[in-house]
Amino acid sequence: MLFQTKDLKFSHPGQKEYHFQDISLDRGESLLILGKSGSGKTTLLNLIAGLLSPHSGSVVLDGTAINQLDSGKMDRFRGENIGIVFQKPHLLAPLDVKENLMMARYFSSKKGQDADELLKELELSNKSHSPVNQLSEGEAQRVSIARALINRPKLILADEPTSSLDDENAERVVKLMQDQATKIQAALIIVTHDHRVKEQISNYIEVKSV
Amino acid sequence: MNLFKLSWKYLTFRPLSTGLNVLLLALGLAIITVLLLIQDQFEKKMTQDAAGIDLVVGAKGSPLQLILSSVYHVDFPTGNIPMNEAVRLSRSRLVKQTIPMALGDNYQGYRIVGTNHDYLSLYEVGFSSGKAWEEPFEVVLGAMVAEKSGLKLGDTFTGSHGISVGSHDHDHHDFRVVGVLEPEGNVVDRLVLTSIESVWYTHDEEEPAEEETTSEPSEDQDTDAHDHEHQNEVAEHADHDHEDHDHEEEDQGHDHDHDAKFHHPVAKSGFPKTDQDRDVTTLLVQYRSPMAAVQLPRMINSNTNMQAASPSFEMSRLFELLGVGIQVLEGLAFVLIAISGLGIFIALYNSLKERRYDLAVLRAIGASKFQLLILIFLEGISLTFLGALLGILLGHSFLSILAAQNEQGIAAGLEAWTFLSAELWIVIYALTVGVLASAIPAWSAYQTSIANQLTRK
Repeated sequence: MLFQTKDLKFSHPGQKEYHFQDISLDRGESLLILGKSGSGKTTLLNLIAGLLSPHSGSVVLDGTAINQLDSGKMDRFRGENIGIVFQKPHLLAPLDVKENLMMARYFSSKKGQDADELLKELELSNKSHSPVNQLSEGEAQRVSIARALINRPKLILADEPTSSLDDENAERVVKLMQDQATKIQAALIIVTHDHRVKEQISNYIEVKSV
Repeated sequence: MNLFKLSWKYLTFRPLSTGLNVLLLALGLAIITVLLLIQDQFEKKMTQDAAGIDLVVGAKGSPLQLILSSVYHVDFPTGNIPMNEAVRLSRSRLVKQTIPMALGDNYQGYRIVGTNHDYLSLYEVGFSSGKAWEEPFEVVLGAMVAEKSGLKLGDTFTGSHGISVGSHDHDHHDFRVVGVLEPEGNVVDRLVLTSIESVWYTHDEEEPAEEETTSEPSEDQDTDAHDHEHQNEVAEHADHDHEDHDHEEEDQGHDHDHDAKFHHPVAKSGFPKTDQDRDVTTLLVQYRSPMAAVQLPRMINSNTNMQAASPSFEMSRLFELLGVGIQVLEGLAFVLIAISGLGIFIALYNSLKERRYDLAVLRAIGASKFQLLILIFLEGISLTFLGALLGILLGHSFLSILAAQNEQGIAAGLEAWTFLSAELWIVIYALTVGVLASAIPAWSAYQTSIANQLTRK
């Protein structure tokens, strides 16, 4: 198994405790995490990404128990092994497209993908030196995917990646992530309540507030 | 990409705010740079120009004016003193050496100083061409005078009366350049040096016209003087024929007399030889012993019609007077720097609010908390570093403008482009401002909770 969670429990201060079902994924596999607002699916994503620490249970990626890493090591591990795609692209505005990618490269010591090659695959070659605030919504989201993929992560995490995109772009974005996950042999987890995505990825779990 | 490049991108992403803060800081630091440079060079220059001069003796008046006019050649002279009194003083056992000076003329604003060769040795000057003056109306130019006026060896020019440009010209007799000095970096650079005799004879030219008709005694005196000088000339040149000729034509031969005395060697040390009641402007005095510092000024000030002033005392008095102004400027500089520090703080703090997402994204793509801390500090520090460089540059440019516009004044020869080690402190000082201003924003960046930031819907 490339990725596994076991008995994850977490509670925000003053709220009831979430108990998440276990997840296990192999290389190249995809998983949807579905759930209503407030069901805790975002919390689960944060736990998987190592942005939050679980009260109990474990998250293991390629043999590393990431919930046991200290803060600094976790940051570096995340940069190298987990590519995160957010709901909004959140590109760094002062940098151009390629610089955004190279910034992610800077925080990792791993040999990543070739930035120009990756941009070409995502049909962004001609935008490589464009300021990011001149990109369309779809383009910007693709850049943020490229940024998540540049370091050849073992796990690709996407948080509502399609919610602000039209049908055409939404389908394209999901397909891109699947293709890339297969190419670099990474596991793909998409957290969403967007039913359009279900048509492309059949494997899913549903998070329910217990 | 790296953190430094990223911080630079963020700075240039907000050019107006960055520019304003850099400029504010630069202005404050420029004032400090100018003050530092002026303080250092001025005091050095003041000390250097007054080196070897223990006391200046001149006509009664403001002692500061006396020092400024006869040591630094900036203010108007206080007046003249009778030479016989000066001679008497120079023979005092308290005095080691005296250098008489006759001031009051200029060439294009550069002062013509009548003195003797001791003045040259006082400043240990070197000649870049030619030699010292030997005869009346021969002059030696300071390096700056030569450069600005374009005069060369053998060139002649007419002096003007007074010490500023625009006074009437002494057109009766031209000065002839016989030497040009090497640049010394002191007051000598902007002086035209000649013999005391030259200055006297220049002024004689204009008076006799009236004297010939009005005052008999002075006519006699003139004749006496000529006789005396002729005798000297006889002794030295043995030019009997010429002498005889002169004597025969004594009555109408005024021009010839002048010609003769004009080719008479001048005094190279001590006072010029003359039988007339001549004046000099000031006397630079070197003490023989420390005791003289106590006795001589008091003696001169109470027993004679002259006044004595000490360059070191008067200059420290001047600096005391200027001190208030310098303090005001310093205060202004610190206010500017404080405001710019505050400006940088506010700019960073505000931009941080807009950048919470950016910081969280950076964390998500692998940046550590510590790297974010560094990023914010880098922004503050590169901002202030730029400010420091610009400030120092501005300060030096300002000084070079000041020096260029004040060619003949006291700021002349201020070296605008020499750098002091104290300027390194300006840079360090600026960087400290940068660190202080970015400390709180950096800390708040360090503590950004990424999970909350990124997943907030």
